[in-house]
Amino acid sequence: MNELAKELAARYGARDWHDRRGDLSSTVVDPIRLHDTLAWLKDSAGYAHLSFATAVDNIERGVFTLTYTVRNHEQGHSLMVHADVDRANPVVDSIHLLWGQGWTYQREMKEWFGIDFPGSPRVDEEFVLEGWEGPPMMRRDFDSLAYSDATYEGRPGRVTHDPATRMQERLYPEAGK
Amino acid sequence: MSDKKIIPAPLANEGLPPDERGLFCDAAPREYEPARGIMEDFANWARSESLWILGFGTGCGAIELRPLMTSRFDMYRYGIQPRPTPRQSSVFVIGGYASVKTLKRIVRSYEQMMGPKFVVALGSCTINGGMYWDSYNTIKRIDQYIPVDVYITGCMPRPEALLAGFQELKKIIRAGRAEGQNEYARNFEWFKANQKKVIKDWNMPDYNW
Repeated sequence: MNELAKELAARYGARDWHDRRGDLSSTVVDPIRLHDTLAWLKDSAGYAHLSFATAVDNIERGVFTLTYTVRNHEQGHSLMVHADVDRANPVVDSIHLLWGQGWTYQREMKEWFGIDFPGSPRVDEEFVLEGWEGPPMMRRDFDSLAYSDATYEGRPGRVTHDPATRMQERLYPEAGK
Repeated sequence: MSDKKIIPAPLANEGLPPDERGLFCDAAPREYEPARGIMEDFANWARSESLWILGFGTGCGAIELRPLMTSRFDMYRYGIQPRPTPRQSSVFVIGGYASVKTLKRIVRSYEQMMGPKFVVALGSCTINGGMYWDSYNTIKRIDQYIPVDVYITGCMPRPEALLAGFQELKKIIRAGRAEGQNEYARNFEWFKANQKKVIKDWNMPDYNW
């Protein structure tokens, strides 16, 4: 473990440090310490560039895993900071005062996953969808096919094959018998 | 008097704020009344030989229009050329999948086109949803929302297929069977109900003319 991992562990309880590549590492913090961790990384550790922020729906564990990727351009190193927030009550501190572009990512996460960032500018406005009335559509318990069938008129007669079984039947017809 | 002459009730334009309703058209589209005999034949010949397409790539299929413009396939030799605005165009090429957000612009652009107007729908997505058959935000068949004169199958269709489709459209126009615009006027309420069913934030005039 390197100096930065020790420092983060001591200051913010960061754990599970993982060197994914030579220039990319990841670590996990508690969501309550997310804002402080990112502020310290930005102001004191040289990770001044927020290059990406998104969420992953880990429905098996009942959490959304937020991922913030920050980059230190002087050392050529990127760090992914993960934090698990409760799926039932997804509220996270906004980082728009640390990075100006942060509110765009947060608006996206609000619309796609329903994760709230109180105080983030325009977070309640629609982002890419217009007039969307369904539940947040990137949540994994949202049934896209059922929604599509209920909302959009289909053309009768469409047949869909499972690619694996279809090709097996066509290429090796004797195997199915 | 035939049924055609009855003037329908003005459109409500309920999607607009009350003080803006008067600024927009409140009349539903009417059917085209053809000229007599040889004059209509001549007009159809002229229409079929100058297909001006609306330069609005609504989906990924619009990439197939670019090779058509350049020297290898050269659609200009058939009298086909892109135009920058709906007012100047007579053919609307639906370029593949249409999300609900794009459908709103498609409806608006289609209604703003001057008649006679024709729609060419290219790609599987416009026919039965194609690879977006289970998407939460992509319509499955375009002919529920605007009338279609010619379909071109494929994902993507090759430029040759597009040229064949345009030739087919020409034949239909020459024969006077390109009834899409009239179909839209006849079934206006049905089309409008379908459009409003999927476009939830309807904030434009009922007929964008």
